[in-house]
Amino acid sequence: MKKYICNVCGYVYDPAEGDPSNNVAAGTPFDKLPAGWVCPVCGVGVDEFSPFV
Amino acid sequence: MKGPFKAVEVCKGIFWVGAIDWTLRDFHGYSTGRGSTYNAYLIVAEHVTLVDTVKAPFLPEMMSRISSVIDPEKIEYIITHHTEMDHSGALPELLKLIHPKKLISSTTAVDAMQRHFHWDTPVTTVKDGESMDLGGLSLTFLDTRMLHWPESMMSYCPERGVLFSQDGFGMHLASSERFDDELPIHLLRFEAAKYYANIVMPFSPIVKRLLERVQGLNLDIRIIAPDHGPIWRGCIGDIVSWYAEWSERRAILKAVVVYDTMWGSSALMARSVAEGLTSEGVSVKVMSLGANHRSDVMTEILDAGALIVGSPTINNNIFPTMVDLLVYMKGLKPAGLIGAAFGSFGWSGESVKQLEGLLKDMKVEIVSDSVNVKYVPDATDLDSCFALGVSVARKLHSLKS
Repeated sequence: MKKYICNVCGYVYDPAEGDPSNNVAAGTPFDKLPAGWVCPVCGVGVDEFSPFV
Repeated sequence: MKGPFKAVEVCKGIFWVGAIDWTLRDFHGYSTGRGSTYNAYLIVAEHVTLVDTVKAPFLPEMMSRISSVIDPEKIEYIITHHTEMDHSGALPELLKLIHPKKLISSTTAVDAMQRHFHWDTPVTTVKDGESMDLGGLSLTFLDTRMLHWPESMMSYCPERGVLFSQDGFGMHLASSERFDDELPIHLLRFEAAKYYANIVMPFSPIVKRLLERVQGLNLDIRIIAPDHGPIWRGCIGDIVSWYAEWSERRAILKAVVVYDTMWGSSALMARSVAEGLTSEGVSVKVMSLGANHRSDVMTEILDAGALIVGSPTINNNIFPTMVDLLVYMKGLKPAGLIGAAFGSFGWSGESVKQLEGLLKDMKVEIVSDSVNVKYVPDATDLDSCFALGVSVARKLHSLKS
């Protein structure tokens, strides 16, 4: 599954890990993140993320 | 531009040319009882370079210090590591006085400066790992985005072993001494901890990564030159190990009981909770918000394992100072706390549930039932408060073992 990087702070969302700090289970793809999910480091929304290459 | 303010030599060819703000007492909501400094550095190499500037009103002080070493017009490069106005505020006026060849920043800082200064000044951007030859000395840039703003970067001068760390490893402390080894270590630790708790804490995962990365680079760091407070040269091992400790939030057996009160009921309950914690060997700080600033509470939270909050109900709500504290604290993201709530009321008693809601919002694990007392606590109520303290203390012990 594809990783995404936060354009603001550089945090990388890895679906294999999910986001335990926001109760997002491992295995959750980026486009299935719950509505209102924000970057756990800097707090910006999903529209500030780009595919991680 | 000469004046009474002189530069201080940091090491051969590098000078401190910042400003001392002896009167600063409020740094955007953080109480700065000892004032602060805005550190700027002058690198006298073939291409004279100014590293960061000062808060706008202190431009004359910085210019005087620069003029004590060289003619400021000889500055060819200005590097801005961090756009926050205590370090970049003097830039627009400075650029009217002198005419450097290049203003250098991270890519992200270009937009940040444009949105601060609404200018058309050209900016040269540098990337992570890029080096710049200053003629005799050089700088290598480190991308430290979100430490603590998106445009933040640091730089390293390998020839002198100096890390220009902008707000990292800084503190708000006005002093005539410029170096760590001229000041008492307990004062350095206290003010560095307060700075960490109130500015750096939300970005602890990034601090951990930075420490690992710098360790991996095997840099020979002999001096850390931050943008606030003393320059590190004698106690680098201490400040780096403190950052390692704080970024992991290694909690000790300590609880913070923080409350506000109207007619003394919540205050009496707070002291009873504290006795319960103490009876189980837990160190306690009891902090009334009438007597303590939110930023001092944060300093105590930095190494605490438990947070217990108390509030009277006033007109169906929490006492407003507690909301102020808990909203501030939520933003600073203290990780891994356990906690509980207590309060007093006259008729409706909403505050305790609201406090628990705010604790849950901050991901504090609530480990004891709350205590909520109508009007004034009696001996039985105070026993319940004592028991609340005991149960939080036992949970802390179990987590530590």
